[in-house]
Amino acid sequence: MMHPPAEQLSDLLDDALPADEREVLQAHLSGCAECATLLDELRRVVLRAQALEDRPPQHDLWPGVAAAIGASPSGRRRIAFTMPQLLAAGIGLMLLSGGGVALTLRARAGRAPLTVAATTTAPDSTLAITAVTATKAERGYDAAVRELAAELAAGRGRLDSTTVRVVEQKLQLIDRAISEAERALAADPGNTYLHGHLTQTRMRKLDLLRRAAHLARS
Amino acid sequence: MTATSARTEALRTFDAVAADTDAVDAALAASGDAHAFERLYRRHVNRIGTLVRRMMGEDVDEITQEILVRAWQKLHTFRGEAAFGTWLHRMAVNVVLNRRSERGRWRKRFVEEPVGGMTEPSRPVSRAHGVDFEGAIAGLSPGARKVFVLHDVEGYRHEEIADLLGISIGTSKSQLHYARMALRKTLG
Repeated sequence: MMHPPAEQLSDLLDDALPADEREVLQAHLSGCAECATLLDELRRVVLRAQALEDRPPQHDLWPGVAAAIGASPSGRRRIAFTMPQLLAAGIGLMLLSGGGVALTLRARAGRAPLTVAATTTAPDSTLAITAVTATKAERGYDAAVRELAAELAAGRGRLDSTTVRVVEQKLQLIDRAISEAERALAADPGNTYLHGHLTQTRMRKLDLLRRAAHLARS
Repeated sequence: MTATSARTEALRTFDAVAADTDAVDAALAASGDAHAFERLYRRHVNRIGTLVRRMMGEDVDEITQEILVRAWQKLHTFRGEAAFGTWLHRMAVNVVLNRRSERGRWRKRFVEEPVGGMTEPSRPVSRAHGVDFEGAIAGLSPGARKVFVLHDVEGYRHEEIADLLGISIGTSKSQLHYARMALRKTLG
C-alpha cells in the first residue's frame, strides 16, 4: 500500500489541508491501520504539549530584577492596615449620617455613563461628552455610596464586632484598589481596561455596602 | 422596575466587565511604581521562565531576568490593546530569539539542518531511557524545538513562526512534523 507523505498527518491535525487532499487522506486512513496509528500518536503529542504546565523558577529572580530597575529588592508591598487606619474607617462610617433610599435614581444615573466609560474606545471627539457623563455618573455613585454608608452607620450597633471589622477591612481594601485604579487612569486616561476595572471595583464597593446595610437593617 | 431589581441589574452589568489587574498594574508600573511591577513579575515569571527554559534550555534565569527588565523599560509602549501577558510573551519570544541570533548559534545550527529539518535530535529521545516529555523537547534540535514550542505549546501559527524565525512556512511545518515524530516515541 502506498502511504501519503507523513507530513500530511500533521497538516491534518492542524486543519491545514485543502479539502480535496483531506478527503483523500481520510479515505486512506480508514483503510490503513499503520497511518491511523501514527496519526493517533501525533495527536497525543499535540495534546500532551497543550497540557504542559509552567514551572516556577528555581529561585526568586525579583531581587535581580529589582536591582536592575532601581527598585527595592524587598519591595513586595504588603497589604496591611494600621489600627489608626481601621479606626478612621470605622469613625468615618459612624460620622456619615442621613438616610433615605434614593439609591435607585442614583444607581440609574450612574449606570449608563459608567457602562459607556467601561466599554467605549471613544475617539477624541467624543471624549469630552464621555467625560461629562462620567462626571455625572460619579456624582450618582458618590451619592449612592454616601447613602448606603449612612444606612450602615445607623444600623452599625446591630452588627457584631467581627462583622464590623470585616466590613471595614474590606472597604479599606476596595478603597485602596479604587485609589490605585484612579492613579493609573490619571497616567493613562484612554485605557479602557482601567475604566472597566475602576467601574467594577466601585460596584464591588456598592455591593459590599448594600449587603452590609441590609444586614444592619435586618 | 423596583429599586432592588434596578440595582441588581446594574451590579450584573458591571460584574460582566472583566477585571484586568494586569492593566492596572502595568499602568502604575509605567508611571514608576516598582511595587506594581513586582506584582506583574509574580504573576508572569513562571510562564516567562518556562518559555525561556523550553526554547533556550540554558541561561534561563539570566534571560528571564533580562526579559523582565526589558519589559520594565518598555512599559510605556504597552497600550492595553492586547492583554499584558500576551504583550510580555511576545517580548520574551523576541528576546530569546535575539539572544540566539546574537550568539550566531541558533541560525548557524538551523541552517546546518538539511531541507525539511530532518536532523537527529541533539540528545536521544527515548522513553526507555526515562526521558520525560519536557526532557524530550529539550533534546530536539534547536530549530525543531523552537517551532514545536511556539506552535504546539504556545499556540503560534506557522505564518507567525516563519516571520519570527526568518524561515519559510514550509520549513516551519517540516520542523514541527519532525518534532512531533521524535516526541511521539516518548509517549509510547
